[in-house]
Amino acid sequence: MSVSEIELKGLKKSFGPTEVIRGIDLSVVKGERHAIIGPNGAGKSTLFGLVSGLLKPTSGAIMLKGQDITPLPPHLINRRGLSRSFQVTNIFHRMSVWENVRCGVLWSIGQRYRFWRDVDSSPEANERTERILTDFNLIDRKDVLAGVLTYAEQRALEIAITVAGGADVILLDEPTAGMSRHETDRAVDLIRKVSEGRTLMIVEHDMSVIFGLADRISVLVYGAIIATGTPDQIRNDPKVKEAYLGQEAH
Amino acid sequence: MTGDVVKASMASERGFFPTELFARWGVWVALAALLLVLPLVFKSGTALTMMSLMGIAIVFALSYNMLLGQTGMLSFGHAVYYGLGAYLVVHAINIVTAQRLPIPLPLMPLIGGLSGLFFGILFGWVSTKRSGTAFAMISLGLAELVGSSSLILRGFFGGEEGVTTNRAKLLRVFDWNFGPQIQVYYLIAFWCLLCMYLMYKITRTPLGRMCNATRDNAERVQFVGYNPQVVRFLAFCLSGFFAGIAGGLAAINFEIANSALFSAVQSGNVLLATFIGGAGFFFGPVIGAVLVSYLQVMLSDLTEVWQLYFGLMFIAVVMFAPQGLAGLIMMHATLVKRGTLMKVLPSYLVSFIPALAMTAGLILIIEMLFRISVKEGEALVIRPLGLNMPPTSPVLWGVALVLLIGGGFLFRMTWPMVSNAWGRATSEGAAA
Ligand SMILES: Nc1ncnc2c1ncn2[C@@H]1O[C@H](COP(=O)(O)OP(=O)(O)OP(=O)(O)O)[C@@H](O)[C@H]1O
Ligand SMILES: [Mg+2]
Repeated sequence: MSVSEIELKGLKKSFGPTEVIRGIDLSVVKGERHAIIGPNGAGKSTLFGLVSGLLKPTSGAIMLKGQDITPLPPHLINRRGLSRSFQVTNIFHRMSVWENVRCGVLWSIGQRYRFWRDVDSSPEANERTERILTDFNLIDRKDVLAGVLTYAEQRALEIAITVAGGADVILLDEPTAGMSRHETDRAVDLIRKVSEGRTLMIVEHDMSVIFGLADRISVLVYGAIIATGTPDQIRNDPKVKEAYLGQEAH
Repeated sequence: MTGDVVKASMASERGFFPTELFARWGVWVALAALLLVLPLVFKSGTALTMMSLMGIAIVFALSYNMLLGQTGMLSFGHAVYYGLGAYLVVHAINIVTAQRLPIPLPLMPLIGGLSGLFFGILFGWVSTKRSGTAFAMISLGLAELVGSSSLILRGFFGGEEGVTTNRAKLLRVFDWNFGPQIQVYYLIAFWCLLCMYLMYKITRTPLGRMCNATRDNAERVQFVGYNPQVVRFLAFCLSGFFAGIAGGLAAINFEIANSALFSAVQSGNVLLATFIGGAGFFFGPVIGAVLVSYLQVMLSDLTEVWQLYFGLMFIAVVMFAPQGLAGLIMMHATLVKRGTLMKVLPSYLVSFIPALAMTAGLILIIEMLFRISVKEGEALVIRPLGLNMPPTSPVLWGVALVLLIGGGFLFRMTWPMVSNAWGRATSEGAAA
């Protein structure tokens, strides 16, 4: 059978007295595109925070490629091949677009904390940065400071940094939020392309994006997963209709 | 926003120098030539002393900017590494002299660097676990700690008087004994150039880039595989190393190390110099260090309240040119590139005269108040103007108030001209 790339076991998270994640068991299979949907405030971003190490769970465990990563800090989880993007754009504002993406590349090609070799002397870093910027259509903007990009460009850069290190597990938190129809279509094509051969977890509100992209969908409502299945199963699930799709009918 | 106005112009960005051989070395060769020739142009003893101080200040300010500008760490205790570097070099020189060890003076700054590095590792271990305000507070606490230990450990720190040394008794190189100031100048110039080069190169390494990333967004740094605490720690150690070299140069220059070297004033000065020069640009602290050293020597000759002017200047920069002098230079460099500089210069000239009048009025009032309140009404003497009047003179007060208020009024009237001209110069340049 297929291998679990991410496995969540009895995951719970409380902020003070409020329990935001209320016991999640989920298994994301290697190579699948797994979407998380759910109403505002359901806990989707919190879930990503837990998996990526930004937040520590109150109880439960997180396995990545069969190993327990629950106690690890974010940078160690990243070095094990899990990379994430943020719902609120989280980039390096005073650095150029080029430097932003190269920052995403450096650790993965073994540059570590070197301070005795010029960063330009690594052809691998430059080639990868250039390829990613080309893929994301940002190559013409490479010398511009990230802080002055347009909103859509910043969203693209956010994803570019996330995939730059070549992680094989990628978490995208509402990558198309705030984009126009046209920009969304282009972003979805890109996401499909960069997640080829990797494991993807994606949070999205846009149903057309989800149903076109995802192999499986989990529905998160009020901190608990009420259903997991293929797009067709989810579309026809009465519980989901009631809890979620019903109120947000498109 | 016009994106291309804010093109990556920071020195730490890619493409500051093209990679061809000349462009790569041209700046450094020119700088070396400049440092070599300066003492032939400015021959006086005062000039030589001043240029030596500037060299030391440049290394110190650049080392500080590895924290402030490059990594976004505000330290209030950077003089600790400078002062400790100086002390260890003074002791090292004394030991080498006493034991007749075959170590020449020009290598001594390295001992300062290693001491700075050692204490950077020690104190950095504690303080770089935190960032932001907590880091700033810890740096202040550590400075207090070292400052008070210096009064307790008298054997090492020599109490109030400090520890003296004689730089001229070491193994000679090229028959130089480094007694004369000119030889010390060249020693400082050599180390200054070397440190500038190294610190510039460090901004262009993987660590240098991750320092910038940590400054911009420490959270995101974690999600590209780096630990921001380690980035901060390494930046801190390296910055301690170069501060220690600066301290070692100071020890050689003054032939004494005392607790003034790591005082809060010293830590404050390096912050001011870096900020006035412009922390966002690699060469900013160089400008700041040169200017602040110059003013410290010149102003303190002219007036006893020079620190007050110094403070006013700092406030003016923070309020009106938050990018520092380097920021102003880069803004105008953009205009030069676009060929629209002539659009702003005439308005500067118009605005300059009232600004000058206003400043003169302010200075007069400050000096008169100072004489009335502190100097028991001692006369105000401005020799170039042949002025010698009591500070209570109504005429003088009248002139000062007219200059201040009239100048201020006219300045406000003419300022819109400057900003309009500026707007035209930037927008037309962008359209062209
Ligand atoms: N750091 C925090 N402290 C306290 N409460 C928090 C914190 N972070 C999130 N919450 C709360 O947890 C709940 C879930 O938030 P979360 O951001 O995970 O929702 P979401 O599903 O991502 O929503 P959206 O679709 O709006 O992005 C919300 O009620 C939120 O107010
Ligand atoms: Mg969210």
